[in-house]
Amino acid sequence: MTSMAVVELSRLQFALTALYHFLFVPLTLGLSFMLVIMESVYVLTDKPIWRVVTRFWAKLFGINFVLGVATGLTMEFEFGTNWAYYSHYVGDIFGAPLAIEGLMAFFLEATFVGMMVFGWDRMSKRGHLFTTLMVAVGTNFSALWILIANGWMQHPVGAVFNPQTMRMEVNDFAAVLFNPVAQAKFVHTVSAGYVMASLFVVGISSFYLLKGRHVELARRSFTVAAAFGLAASLSVVVLGDESGYTLGDNQKMKLAAIEAEYHTEPAPAGITVFGFPQYEGRTTTYAVKVPYVLGLISTRSLTKPVEGIYELVADAHARIVHGLVAYDAVEKLKVNPGDMAARAAFEGSKQDLGYALLLKRLVADPRQATPAQIDRAAWFTVPNVPALFWMFRIMAAIGFATIAFFATAFVMSTRHQFDARWFLKLSLWMMPLPWIAAELGWAVAEIGRQPWSVDGVLPTFLAASSLTVPQLWATILGFTALYGTMAVIEVRLMLSAIAHGPEPIEWGSAAAPLATPIDAGFAPVPAE
Amino acid sequence: MFDYEILRVIWWVLLGVLLIGFALTDGFDLGVAALLPFVARTDIERRQTINAIGPTWEGNQVWFILGGGAIFAAWPFVYAVSFSGFYLAMFLVLAALILRPVGFKYRSKRPDPAWRARWDWALFVGGLVPALVFGVAVGNVLLGAPFRLDSDMRSFYEGTLLGLFTPFSLVTGLLSVAMLVLHGAGWLSLKTDGAVRERAQAYGKVAAVLAIVLFAVGGAFVAKGGIGYRLVGAVDPLGPSNPHMATTVAVAGAWLDNFAAHPWMWLAPVLGFAGPVIAFLGISARKDALVFTGSSIANVGIISTVGLAMFPFILPSSIDAKSSLLVWNASSSAGTLFTMVICTVIFLPIVLAYTAWAYKVMFGRVTPAQIQAGADFY
Repeated sequence: MTSMAVVELSRLQFALTALYHFLFVPLTLGLSFMLVIMESVYVLTDKPIWRVVTRFWAKLFGINFVLGVATGLTMEFEFGTNWAYYSHYVGDIFGAPLAIEGLMAFFLEATFVGMMVFGWDRMSKRGHLFTTLMVAVGTNFSALWILIANGWMQHPVGAVFNPQTMRMEVNDFAAVLFNPVAQAKFVHTVSAGYVMASLFVVGISSFYLLKGRHVELARRSFTVAAAFGLAASLSVVVLGDESGYTLGDNQKMKLAAIEAEYHTEPAPAGITVFGFPQYEGRTTTYAVKVPYVLGLISTRSLTKPVEGIYELVADAHARIVHGLVAYDAVEKLKVNPGDMAARAAFEGSKQDLGYALLLKRLVADPRQATPAQIDRAAWFTVPNVPALFWMFRIMAAIGFATIAFFATAFVMSTRHQFDARWFLKLSLWMMPLPWIAAELGWAVAEIGRQPWSVDGVLPTFLAASSLTVPQLWATILGFTALYGTMAVIEVRLMLSAIAHGPEPIEWGSAAAPLATPIDAGFAPVPAE
Repeated sequence: MFDYEILRVIWWVLLGVLLIGFALTDGFDLGVAALLPFVARTDIERRQTINAIGPTWEGNQVWFILGGGAIFAAWPFVYAVSFSGFYLAMFLVLAALILRPVGFKYRSKRPDPAWRARWDWALFVGGLVPALVFGVAVGNVLLGAPFRLDSDMRSFYEGTLLGLFTPFSLVTGLLSVAMLVLHGAGWLSLKTDGAVRERAQAYGKVAAVLAIVLFAVGGAFVAKGGIGYRLVGAVDPLGPSNPHMATTVAVAGAWLDNFAAHPWMWLAPVLGFAGPVIAFLGISARKDALVFTGSSIANVGIISTVGLAMFPFILPSSIDAKSSLLVWNASSSAGTLFTMVICTVIFLPIVLAYTAWAYKVMFGRVTPAQIQAGADFY
């Protein structure tokens, strides 16, 4: 077995590279659609100011987009480099959405983004709007396929273990495609991206309004983003509820951990708004509960109970014992593929094979496990309760705060009231929150799935590649240095692009002054 | 409709199409980046060179990403074994490729010459290192990789990063650099004018000669250098994807078996030699389209030669007779292969159509005067 140090370092590297990648992706998702809205207004009204608005945000989009693409390269190959056994074990299912993402989404966004940036003078207005739309569609399709892949890890449907090839294989591709967890995740994630982009635009516009600079641009951008952000923030919270619902159906343990619900909550279950979950003592102290709410969210009824951690561990215990039958059958089939008795035993127990694999952390051959080891392995199925409890609550609080924020912003923009300094300042303070919520959301989803790489199918500690600790440190340090440098550069370029504002002369080319400014021919924007 | 054997052959062909697609498109971007410090001396010339690939490199790079995704989906064993085995080499490629997009976009954001010089270096590294490492990797695939699969199909790799660099793999690595630099020179012939084009063509001539010499040396290694693998006994092309079910053995010169059995396959190496010759003649005759045509033929010929020589091998193991990955034992299930064929048949033509449209919109030479006048350039 691969050493736990290698497994933990592999997890660290994946978390670092994925969380970093996810700093840029949601902004791309949202900003691309906002560019479509702004450019549509330009095409429909033919007012030059909207061209200035679109091009300004497109410049910030470009600075952000490039890092999303660059760090996405790592993600596409990291399953193979660091999670080779995972890649073998579930590649038959998991590889397809990644490949389709490349074919259907990456090509679209990457090909059209070149024309979006370089093609302003080479196409008609409508032609250019079409390229911007294709970029937005491409980035959002890309999120769809990635979340179909991730949704399958959370809720593996449409696949079955094949002892001849020692891996999971697809038996129902439509089930993978229309996985309810994937659908909920997609809507929730792209909505979160729209919220992030809206706050980004509102924040920067507020900065300009506070300084009294580029006011015409700032007011228009503020108005677009306030409306878009209000719709998106409602969607993110309402459809976060939707993920809670499927979570209750498919991932009861994650829900119980998020709620720090150690014992089954009889119907109608109350939701724990606040409390102190104790990891070691396996209790939650000082819990403040709101009655009925949890039962409504996760079971959509007032009569079904929400299962607690103790009860779910007992279920896991039974599944481990049952899974040992499947494990034994697979070992026999390895030696003699024609063993009909083993084949029959496997068919009756295959859905619990993954649970038997949990024992491999304690004993090389799970069939030799003692009852005490089976007990311990059953408790492995509980993820980090306090971490999930708190991360989820912070994320949800941010979600509700953004609804209130955008509702206020929307009212202000419909009244053309852009001079409330307290609100403009608040916008600046709000700007980092969507990033915090998005990163926490990723962490809740992934930490909540532990100890599984694929829920109930493959434990994380078996999924890693057979690498060495020095190899992993080399790449972790390498990525940290590379990504750290790029983050510093990115932030500086963003800040100077914002400081420079939407003036029509390309500021970056000061060394080689331009003969003709970009927006030559347009009247200067009033009030600037 | 298709049986498992046909699906596997289709995906073997598509793997080749992807690699060739990558070499034909992103290949010239890598070559141009590797040529950047040599063909362009002033800042305006450097921007002219970068903008010759500016609007299209991003789409081209997707061939690489799609290659990763398609290998994952269709050949999960190959994806798992090769990328974890060549771990540090993969990191080098990724780091270099990450520098590239950042270099393109950020270089011209500041006028500071030191800033721009640093990004020029990053772009040079981002072009040269992947071109070299891809070639070295292909050399190691031909040599066989030191991995074994246990009964759970977990892969154990027993080599090191430095172990990848052997005389033969250096030849294939340098061949890859020469081939892609020639392709980059072909692209610059079409897309630039003036001093950059002149210098690119001068380097292109050198690259063409080197490509011919290195391809010949590589061929000599394959014929006489004790390289090659052969199947022992039969493998069921319809059987389950389990590498333990086939036995393979290292046999010197066995990579020539397929050419002996199917003489039409000699067409591939012939194209591999003809391409650089055509490109060289194109430069001498000052016919720019011919240069790029020649370098494209070289890519197709050289990559096809490797694929045809190895069939049905994809990644032989040099240490275990029961672990080699073949077309017949390393694929996804028939269901997944079929689904992916359908997706490819639907989407690849669409991709090719809008890619062609993008090239058409961006058609024409990039000149220093345009760079100085236009604001949208890098």
